[in-house]
Amino acid sequence: MSIAAKEAEIVEEFEMFEDWTEKYEYLIDLGRALPLIDEGLKTEEYLIKGCQSQVWLNAELKEGKVFYKADSDAQIPKGIVSLLVRVMSDETPEEIVHTELSFIDQIGLKEHLSPTRSNGLVSMIKQMKIYALAFQL
Amino acid sequence: METIVEKEKQIFNVQAIRADFPILSTMVNGKPLVYFDNGATSQKPQVVIDSFVNYYSYTNANIHRGVHHLSQMATDAYEVARAKVKDFIHAKSSNEIIFTKGTTESINLVAQTWGRNYLKPGDEIVITAMEHHANIVPWQMVCEQTGAVLKVIPMDENGELILEEAEKIIGLRTRMLAVMHVSNALGTINPIGQLMDMAKKVGALILIDGAQAVPHFKVDVQALDCDFYVFSAHKMFGPSGVGILYGKEKILSEIPPYQGGGDMIKTVTFEKTSYNEVPFKFEAGTPNIEGGIAIGVAIDYLNALNHEEVLKYENNLLQYGTLALQSIEEVKFIGKALQKVPVISFNIEGLHPYDVGFILDKQGIAVRTGHHCAQPVMDFFKVPGTIRASFAFYNTIDEIDSMIAAIHLAKKMLK
Repeated sequence: MSIAAKEAEIVEEFEMFEDWTEKYEYLIDLGRALPLIDEGLKTEEYLIKGCQSQVWLNAELKEGKVFYKADSDAQIPKGIVSLLVRVMSDETPEEIVHTELSFIDQIGLKEHLSPTRSNGLVSMIKQMKIYALAFQL
Repeated sequence: METIVEKEKQIFNVQAIRADFPILSTMVNGKPLVYFDNGATSQKPQVVIDSFVNYYSYTNANIHRGVHHLSQMATDAYEVARAKVKDFIHAKSSNEIIFTKGTTESINLVAQTWGRNYLKPGDEIVITAMEHHANIVPWQMVCEQTGAVLKVIPMDENGELILEEAEKIIGLRTRMLAVMHVSNALGTINPIGQLMDMAKKVGALILIDGAQAVPHFKVDVQALDCDFYVFSAHKMFGPSGVGILYGKEKILSEIPPYQGGGDMIKTVTFEKTSYNEVPFKFEAGTPNIEGGIAIGVAIDYLNALNHEEVLKYENNLLQYGTLALQSIEEVKFIGKALQKVPVISFNIEGLHPYDVGFILDKQGIAVRTGHHCAQPVMDFFKVPGTIRASFAFYNTIDEIDSMIAAIHLAKKMLK
């Protein structure tokens, strides 16, 4: 499934919710199902430091496609991390590098990407692309 | 708890005070705003807001340099505000009141003028384990420049300074004791009198960071007999971008200026410049005139309140808030000092402060989460951050109840 198709799928899932509590409870549940990074990889090297919460990210290239694993110490960022991993994983480095993600805005979670939230998510998207770029070389 | 609620009604008419602060009747995320982030910045009464419009409508001109009518008016208003600050902290003279951008700039000014010129290799600056970054980094910088050494008075698990350790640390090499009057992250009111006695014995200078103190209680710099006292207008119901450096006149006259430019000079030639007298020596360039005037308005506002009542009322909020949070089993308090301003720092076991803070925000409740610019404090307590509810005299017990209900929802969603 393409990145755009996965984004559309997520937007559709989030349309079901009537209020913010349902939406966030779903997001928190998604975080719990995230393909977790190995505990051993939760080191400085894989850490994306936010001022308030932190994200760990690692990527592997398998048969020409990138697979991400990640984690966060806070649950709401972790939910968003899981969405990003779902959208960006199992894609070619080239697709990842050139994608402009719009679904986070569309499902009303844009505020988590604001620099004032200091949760490491903005840097995470950048870091995902940097991995893809490195795999292209 | 019921008696505390009763007390609130008896102490003063909080609804009348709330009406002075327009932002308190706004909505956030569809809910009435509950503003518990006063430690970061306080809200402003209408009179302070109006003073900006009045200034630009009727007074605006540059100060200290024009003979024309408006310049005189603006200069007078600015200098009247300086005199109000002098009275507010009971300084001897208006010459001891320097306008700065804020507490941070006030500390940097002392570090870069006094510190850079008088510190020698091996001299010691003593701070405490609970300082805000603003009272750590400027000293680290001047230590790097001069070879001086930074020493830290430790604290205990309750968030109180360990005075026996302070006795050992403050010694003959101590040149400066720079300590916060009240901790922003924990709410602790430090025993600055005892610390200052130790510093005076060894002839060290004393700087008190009063940013979190002046919004809550009266400060008398002459009674304290400190050399410098620094604070910000924005945390005491005044505007942002204005801070105060109080310094004893003798010391301020001796130390060199901070920045060069207009207003701080007596005469300038290309060969030599002679500097103006204090306080102007430290106020290069056109200052934040409207902000300076507005701090005077904020002081008038505070002076019109009954001070004893405010203290009692805030204590009542602290007591109620602490008891209410205690009723939630998973709440762990960070900082349990006996003497505190109405600031409660806590965590909910098993939950990240970021998540809790976010879910509270969705319910209109503004608390601060994170390290509160005091990372060493978080490291000491081994937490990534805390949730901090910091109250002002316009907050209410009803608002605390809203926060407790909001925390219950956060717990339910995050468990």
